[in-house]
Amino acid sequence: MNYNINHIKELESESIYIMREVAAQFENPVLMFSGGKDSILMVHLAHKAFFPARIPFPLLHIDTGHNFPETIQFRDAMVEKLGAKLIVGSVQDAIDNRMVTEEKGVNASRNALQTAVLLDSLEKGKYNAALGGARRDEEKARAKERFFSHRDEFGQWDPKNQRPELWNIFNGNHHIGEHFRVFPISNWTELDVWQYLAYEKVELPSLYFSHERDVFERDGVLLADSPFIAKKPEEKVFKETVRCRTIGDMTCTGVWKSDAKTVEDIIEEVATTRVTERGGRTDDKRSETSMEDRKKQGYF
Amino acid sequence: MEDQNINSELLRFTTAGSVDDGKSTLIGRLLYDSKSIYQDQYDAIKQATERRGEEGVNLALLTDGLKSEREQGITIDVAYRYFATPKRKFIIADTPGHIQYTRNMVTGASTANVALILIDARNGVAEQTKRHAIIASLLQIPHVVICINKMDLIDYDEAAYNKIQDDFEKFAAKLDVNDIHFIPISALMGDNVVNRSDKTPWYDGPTLMYYLENVHIASDHNFIDTRFPVQYVVRPNKDDYHDYRGYAGRVAGGVMKKGDEVMLLPSGFTTKIAEINGPAGEQDEAFPPESVTILLEDDYDLSRGDMIVRANNSPTVTQDIEIMVVWFDQNKPLQLRGKYALMHTTQNIRCIVKEIRYKLDINTLHRNLEDDEIKMNDVARVVLRTTKPLFVDAYRKNRITGSLILIDEGSNSTVGAGMII
Repeated sequence: MNYNINHIKELESESIYIMREVAAQFENPVLMFSGGKDSILMVHLAHKAFFPARIPFPLLHIDTGHNFPETIQFRDAMVEKLGAKLIVGSVQDAIDNRMVTEEKGVNASRNALQTAVLLDSLEKGKYNAALGGARRDEEKARAKERFFSHRDEFGQWDPKNQRPELWNIFNGNHHIGEHFRVFPISNWTELDVWQYLAYEKVELPSLYFSHERDVFERDGVLLADSPFIAKKPEEKVFKETVRCRTIGDMTCTGVWKSDAKTVEDIIEEVATTRVTERGGRTDDKRSETSMEDRKKQGYF
Repeated sequence: MEDQNINSELLRFTTAGSVDDGKSTLIGRLLYDSKSIYQDQYDAIKQATERRGEEGVNLALLTDGLKSEREQGITIDVAYRYFATPKRKFIIADTPGHIQYTRNMVTGASTANVALILIDARNGVAEQTKRHAIIASLLQIPHVVICINKMDLIDYDEAAYNKIQDDFEKFAAKLDVNDIHFIPISALMGDNVVNRSDKTPWYDGPTLMYYLENVHIASDHNFIDTRFPVQYVVRPNKDDYHDYRGYAGRVAGGVMKKGDEVMLLPSGFTTKIAEINGPAGEQDEAFPPESVTILLEDDYDLSRGDMIVRANNSPTVTQDIEIMVVWFDQNKPLQLRGKYALMHTTQNIRCIVKEIRYKLDINTLHRNLEDDEIKMNDVARVVLRTTKPLFVDAYRKNRITGSLILIDEGSNSTVGAGMII
């Protein structure tokens, strides 16, 4: 008899193990939910990890106020179906309260402002573990992340002084005021995520599938037209058949020309593409180390 | 990226070596030839190479992700890289080779199925080669591949290759490695990496990629001795699951079947497995590395840190543990009589260091009985006494129930990796 599981089942098992470890080691964890496919995957895995019990932690959404409307609809429907608790940290409120200041100019984005709101929400809720759906294959700084990633009392990441992570033993010991970011799907690639979502027939926001939308081009990336982005005079809006490969804030998420109408089409597209999924993220393009710089300050 | 079969296996391998060995070139070659480098990544490193005033495209920039690594041109931390072929999905733990970073090598090695060790064909078996092999042996990586690289620079000379192989085999006789394989390659030219070379007609073994795709890893887990550390107790508190009490965990050894008679540790009570629930629902059996929830026929007190085993096959239950420890703390050496937090499977307890037996020189395997100053990156054999009994196996028998970590109680840092003897 050959006892053998395929790579998708092994990744699933690893992620479930990490989630259970978080529930066991931390009194007050929270799952960071963005509405994107990776956080939908996270919720799906959490549901399996604790079934038939409810997911033993609330979901936290840091809302920039610049979401695709489809994201919010999907989020609310999902939360209701699961009977989960949703906490929303609002960037708009933080701007109104003058906790943060809105960026100006054509490339203005609320992406960086999310960090302050995230840290504030974690502190207010006294959360000592925040589960996130970041993956190591996404970006070079994320490739250096641990599953259990320590954050000091300022929410900062110290990439040069990370705890070694051996075997399946995860050290979540921490002082009061510090917290952990935990990344259960660290080892999944974009293709793994899609293969699994297809295999499990997981429901997804319509944004991932091709649709017609008003778009314009900036720095070689197609952006969805929205009231949240100031366009330069030469940037002309046109209609295009597109889909999102990642879903973030409307100001920094590029859309892709695509005819992929089903998950199977997407798998086909992902398996043959020559560009990484964050290739359309203008927030990563600010500098060579923009992800590392943001992560050090406490970004997702 | 080539199309990937959903039924492919996952293989984790570690590479150790310095830039000079051509390690980054080899990884770049594997990724490039398996079409796993994306165009925008390639463009980004090409631009970064130009900014640094270097020639060509520096593939090392793919794996060196941190600012300080790029500044210094060295790999400091473990970097994980992913690629897939139609047969398998691969996770590379790329670790720095310098002795100063032994702890990162150990981290990468702890979960690997295969260790790739690079030898520069011009230099033969070096001190660093021996150190990497000793770490692979210490961490019991099931398969070791010795890539004799830069064959192009010695004109693909068979005799030179054979000499290196002999030298390594003589040295390896002292090690505890069961499966060693040798491949003559040139990472730069692509010889025997993904494509078979016509310059080494005297070599009839597989290419590196063929080896990685086909090495038998299904037996790398222990499927004989049933071990199920209880990780978390699932209690739904819902009307329709009123009496549900499930023991969640990841199978650490053996094959567990519905109806099996099992023993609970530490209580010693016996009962039967009533139900096994996996991610897709009820299943008849469970084996490593599956995460499942076990339901038992009888209600006994059982919680996190306890273990479900077979009645006639139990691990050692003990408070006195002898280990090989790799020390990680850069601020403080291992303290004799020192107290540390200890994590083993799902147990989180404390221990005291009772005895330091010897320090192991990881370049020569020499046992130093006099020197008991165990500093960062040192390896030593020590005896621990724990506050509570642990349920342990020898690391050689089971990498999960045979491993533990030591944690500094002041800083909460992981300061030691222990392999139970």
